[in-house]
Amino acid sequence: MSGDGDFPGLFSRFWAMLVKEFLQLRRDRVTLATMITVPLMQLLLFGYAINTTPRHLPTAVMLQESSDVGRSILAALRNSDFFDIRKVVSSEVEFDHLLQSGEVLFVVEIPANFERSLRRGDTPALLVAADATDPVASGSALSALGSLVKTALTRDRFTPVQDDAPPAFEIRSHARYNPAGSSQLNIVPGLLGTILTMTMLIYTALSVTREVERGTMESLLAMPIGPTEIMMGKIAPYLLVGLIQATLIVGAGYIAFGVPVIGSLTLLSLLSLLFIAANLSIGYTFSTVAQNQLQAMQMAIMFFLPNILLSGFAFPFAGMPAWAQWIGECLPVTHYIRIVRGIMLKGSGMEDLRVDALWLTGLMLLAMLVAIRRFRQTLD
Amino acid sequence: MTASVAPGSDIAIDVRGLTKSFGGRAVVKNLSMRVRRGQIYGFLGPNGSGKTTTIRMLCGLLTPDSGEGTCLGYNILTESRKIKRHVGYMTQRFSLYQDLSIRENLEFVARVFGLRDPAGAARASIDRLGLAGRETQLAAELSGGWKQRLALGACILPSPDLLLLDEPTAGVDPKARREFWNEIHALAADGLTVLVSTHYMDEAERCHEIAYIAYGELLARGTVDEVVAGAGLTTWRVTGDELQALSIKLAATPGVDMVAPFGASLHVGGRDAAALERAIAPHRSDASLRWTRDEPSLEDVFIDLMTRAKDNFQ
Repeated sequence: MSGDGDFPGLFSRFWAMLVKEFLQLRRDRVTLATMITVPLMQLLLFGYAINTTPRHLPTAVMLQESSDVGRSILAALRNSDFFDIRKVVSSEVEFDHLLQSGEVLFVVEIPANFERSLRRGDTPALLVAADATDPVASGSALSALGSLVKTALTRDRFTPVQDDAPPAFEIRSHARYNPAGSSQLNIVPGLLGTILTMTMLIYTALSVTREVERGTMESLLAMPIGPTEIMMGKIAPYLLVGLIQATLIVGAGYIAFGVPVIGSLTLLSLLSLLFIAANLSIGYTFSTVAQNQLQAMQMAIMFFLPNILLSGFAFPFAGMPAWAQWIGECLPVTHYIRIVRGIMLKGSGMEDLRVDALWLTGLMLLAMLVAIRRFRQTLD
Repeated sequence: MTASVAPGSDIAIDVRGLTKSFGGRAVVKNLSMRVRRGQIYGFLGPNGSGKTTTIRMLCGLLTPDSGEGTCLGYNILTESRKIKRHVGYMTQRFSLYQDLSIRENLEFVARVFGLRDPAGAARASIDRLGLAGRETQLAAELSGGWKQRLALGACILPSPDLLLLDEPTAGVDPKARREFWNEIHALAADGLTVLVSTHYMDEAERCHEIAYIAYGELLARGTVDEVVAGAGLTTWRVTGDELQALSIKLAATPGVDMVAPFGASLHVGGRDAAALERAIAPHRSDASLRWTRDEPSLEDVFIDLMTRAKDNFQ
């Protein structure tokens, strides 16, 4: 860039910036406190709050016959944590109204002649209607329902006890996406990605605009230091901060939710650093484009939303239309969530994650390039 | 145009035809100036006259719309990185890091300039500034005078060849101002060139040479005596009663170009000595007034220059 880009000088200037940023960070007690509390709070909050295994799902039961089997099923549903029986109805109209008004998310219909068909071994159908606006919750409620009813019928001796007996009834509902296994196992990696995105974006998004607003940019620009050195010096301290946050989240995920790291911890750290650097670069780019800290903050939040919605964190990636998938591919967090799920849950190695790592590198370099080109070296 | 001045020549700043406008409004118009090495060059002018803009163009913080020239022998348009290495720029507003301590600020500057021993350089600077014992204090906690000392210390830390000081003594008490100027003279004696902008007339008189700029135009330059003589102003001093009423009457009289109260007296000036005499003649017979011929002060000259500039440009 500059004519006198001698290496020792370059390093000295980068080092100057880095030390300064660290010192300023140390003085900023609020930021220091949020650095530790925000990731932990978010992880615990969302880790416990976002649970695709339903509890107390508002449910109605429509009894089309008055039978022992019907009462047995009803009692089983009442005794379970999964469902919260709000109403027992007998008419189709009431049934529709409950679901439409959102009073219940789930209706179990025990059709007429269910008991007789069951005794005859006709495999009658239990009809289930679920509020499709929350497919994930209703999806796993469906599987819970099956085993609940089965246990109840066996206990009350309506069906044989043997495990290998063919199912005495079936549950008829629309096929839905159903995440396998414990939801926290999926959510902790997603949270690791989204929490890091949010915190890293904001740290650097404010860094250049803050210098402008505080008036220190004028002095800085009058000194022989270039955009690359300023950028590197501002990003580097937060690599450490990000790594500490990632460690906290992975540690808390293990302690609070028992989410293991099956793959290599070293690989996870290295690729996390890459992801952190990519987000810091993007935040820094916002900082060079924005006029003030408020704008930088707004840009960071605007960027953050698709990170949550299109990255495969909130909704399954495969379920999105192609254009949304393409947007998702351009977000670092999409690749990072794949990487983290791979390493933590499947024990994937570098070979498997090559493409995602390349994406992260590419996105980081692109952001850095834009930032250096956008950085205003004069006050014009 | 003339060839640029070679490094090592005795001209530190040599710029021609600098023009800069913001949003269509010209802030600096066709400004040329030349500053010799080792000189303290005063840059005077009212608020918004283009002083800061000019200084920023000199050190590469602003790109001139047109014009050219050299600063320390380096082209101001193409070699601003080199200029920055050899120039200490003290901004009008304190622009070091408020949340860093004195020592941390100085060490930061030392590292950015690539000094071999930043900690040692900072320590030496702290001693030189008389800040020993307070080096761990945050810059935000310093009083105006100390902030200004720290800012100057940071500017001279990398041993620059040229200091650009933008109203360095604004809001600083007289004692601190005097010490500041003693320091500036000591630095100039060591061969440093200093370009300093100011509002204060007493500070202008401490400069080797001055330039007066108003509404973006350079109106006068030279030594203080040259500028005063060049203005061709004749002044009278009046003492007596009811000077305020007299001042209003005189200001409206043709031939009087400037009327300014000066303590218990009034300064009345005009560029045409004969016209001025005719204008004040009716009042000279007034027994309650005492009239004496006086040398025009630098302030008289500046106020006159400013009034004239206003007439021309507004």
